[in-house]
Amino acid sequence: MQVTPRKQLRIRLVLIAALLLVAAVSLVGYGFRDGIAYFRLPTDVINETPRPGELFRLGGLVAEGSVVHGSGGVEFEVSDEHHSIKVAFAGILPDLFAEGQGVVALGRYQTGVFTATEVLAKHDETYMPKEVADALKEQGLFKPADGL
Amino acid sequence: MVLPGSSVTLAARWQVTVELGHFALILAFLCALVQCTIPLIGTQRGWVSWMRVVAPASFAQFILTALSFAALTNAFIQSDFSVSLVATNSHSAKPLLYKLSGVWGNHEGSMLLWVLVLSLFSCLVAVFGRQLPVHLKSLTLAVQAAVSSAFFAFILFTSNPFERRFPVPFEGAGLNPLLQDPGLAFHPPFLYMGYVGLSVSFSFAVAALLRGRVDAAWARWVRPWTLASWVFLTIGIALGSWWAYYELGWGGWWFWDPVENASFMPWLFATALLHSATVTEKREALRNWTLLLAILAFSFSLLGTFLVRSGIITSVHTFASDPGRGIFILAILLVFSGGALCLYGWRGASMVPSGAFAAVSRETALIANNLLLAVAAIVVFLGTFWPLAAELIFGRTLSVGPPFFNIAVTPFLAALAAILPIGAALPWKRGAITVVLWRMRMALAASLLSGVAVLIYQSGGPVVGWLGMAIAVWLAGGVLIDFWQRVAPRRQELGVTLRRVIGLPGSEWGKALAHGGLAITIAGISAITAWETEVIRTSNPGDHYQISGQYGLRFERADTVAGPNYRAQQAEFTLLADGEPVAQLFPERRFYPASGMTTTEAAIDMGFLRDVYVVIGDPQPSGVTVKAYVKPLANWIWLGAIVMSLGGLVSLTDRRYRLAAGQRRTSFVPAQG
Repeated sequence: MQVTPRKQLRIRLVLIAALLLVAAVSLVGYGFRDGIAYFRLPTDVINETPRPGELFRLGGLVAEGSVVHGSGGVEFEVSDEHHSIKVAFAGILPDLFAEGQGVVALGRYQTGVFTATEVLAKHDETYMPKEVADALKEQGLFKPADGL
Repeated sequence: MVLPGSSVTLAARWQVTVELGHFALILAFLCALVQCTIPLIGTQRGWVSWMRVVAPASFAQFILTALSFAALTNAFIQSDFSVSLVATNSHSAKPLLYKLSGVWGNHEGSMLLWVLVLSLFSCLVAVFGRQLPVHLKSLTLAVQAAVSSAFFAFILFTSNPFERRFPVPFEGAGLNPLLQDPGLAFHPPFLYMGYVGLSVSFSFAVAALLRGRVDAAWARWVRPWTLASWVFLTIGIALGSWWAYYELGWGGWWFWDPVENASFMPWLFATALLHSATVTEKREALRNWTLLLAILAFSFSLLGTFLVRSGIITSVHTFASDPGRGIFILAILLVFSGGALCLYGWRGASMVPSGAFAAVSRETALIANNLLLAVAAIVVFLGTFWPLAAELIFGRTLSVGPPFFNIAVTPFLAALAAILPIGAALPWKRGAITVVLWRMRMALAASLLSGVAVLIYQSGGPVVGWLGMAIAVWLAGGVLIDFWQRVAPRRQELGVTLRRVIGLPGSEWGKALAHGGLAITIAGISAITAWETEVIRTSNPGDHYQISGQYGLRFERADTVAGPNYRAQQAEFTLLADGEPVAQLFPERRFYPASGMTTTEAAIDMGFLRDVYVVIGDPQPSGVTVKAYVKPLANWIWLGAIVMSLGGLVSLTDRRYRLAAGQRRTSFVPAQG
């Protein structure tokens, strides 16, 4: 009759595991609401305006001659072949940020301006943010000299 | 055609060593193949002499791999630019330390380091495993050799580090200046020792499944290897995080980046494995689960290698990308993890469970520990791979950021820390929570008091502040009480207590240190998350402003200075605490002409209770953008990691492992409190 306590134990374990699983699933679901940021090119933003307040990643090339440093931070334009979007950023630009280079900014889009909380640029000489490279390749804008 | 004659003859002198290194690598591959096949046939047929091949084969494999690695290292030290890898990753003007770290600061070299560590571990198993049953030993080393032959093939066929280049360039292309840092120089070796060390637990598990025997002795053989890998992983992760903190200049210490997650998942599984192996060793319970964890821990190491080496997921840390290699590693991952899991499914059920225990017992607490760690690891896995799945399935490009991980992973780790003191104090087989809680009443009271005090003091601040502090105090208090009751269970003379402190087994010391270290790390993480202040401002020399209630900055000057291989824009700040100057800070932006790269050098005034962290942006006509943080208890994060790894090391000195290794055969009575 030694099977019974072991079985009991097993049932308890399965219950605990199931409980944890439910907790995990709900936390994952909840976390995905805030933690997921879609990637968009300027064209995507213009064609289908994201709902206000949505945190997303805007990628493209930093338009030539668009970088303006002001007292409240920096402004520049991110562009793809068809459209460009004004980005405002009140922080320190990454080391590899430069006009004509690939860039990814995390932030929110409202009334024509993308307010970035974070700006990522190419991490080294041969690396361009993958989404930017892929998206630009689709548009035929990608130049192998840009990396990857 | 112009032939660079002089450099060819110069290079020719070293060409031979490079070739020898390549040959040694091929021979090591052949050794691994022998070490893998002959003992398998031997165990099948019961031919002991064939099984004994493993020991000499693993020595030969290690020596040959070491020779090969030495040849590559020599090429880096001599700056032999006829070797393609040296030409792309080194520079004759680089300091020796970074020439050395350049050996593994690239894809090919790092894979060579990987097989070097793998063969070192095989060799160590052969040396320390003299007392192992010959069947188990030969099977374990055969599995180990199968893993290393796969990686030798990977290097030889897709990532040959000895490839030469013609014409020979006069100068190397330098190394990424971000990588020229002592923290990062030693980060990969430690991480690899951890990753690859887990292969030993994996091989032991597969060998046990093939043999169909798992017992307390098996767990005692596996645990020290897991412990050693865990120590290396902990140090490796801490070094990486520290590097990101002070070198990247972003002010963060953990970014939930895929590459970081790649090392965190095996760490979570290794931690779970450590605890479940204890149950298997002491109580012969949870044997199947321990086997499964041993397989999973190494599988996630392989997965980590795949993530880092294939560049499949966009990552700020990915320096290498080549899809062909990614597919090769994916194949290795599928064959070994898939194979081991199938074997587990087929043979695992035949392992009869034993060792009954009550619902409230140390065993149950350790099961809870394991479940929480495993769930946390799976959630990290989901978050890390979700972008890939979304792209493949829905065709949408997205990223999963820190908010996801903070919400979905932290609760499980917080719950784990909250139940830890109770579980650690519960007796094996059967216990009572009320008894343990009563013993821990002082820790509980201290924890509640500190939580409430913080809650009142910060009035409406983030949850992580008061909850994190309460958990850290509860954890630390629990460790102290548990330790004290072990050395002084009753009123006794001081001498007796001291003797008990000295006589306490290494594993008990290790447990106290590791759990105490966790408390320190949790305190650091909570404080920095809840109370960090950040001020961004465009300012000019002469400006003076507050960056927190207590601290202020005075901008003294901005200059251009020259370094050994860079030019830098440097700013000088005086850090003021309550108006009194306490330190000078010199943040820089460096430009390296050799690589055309700019790096941000944060200026950090480190302190026991807080760090002040200042970075500057590119100077503009309107002024310099200055980002300044006050980071409370920042150093506690890494201090805790050091204490944790120290705990692991002390635990390794426990006498029962030396007995298990067969180095000493004295009998002893376990000192139980």
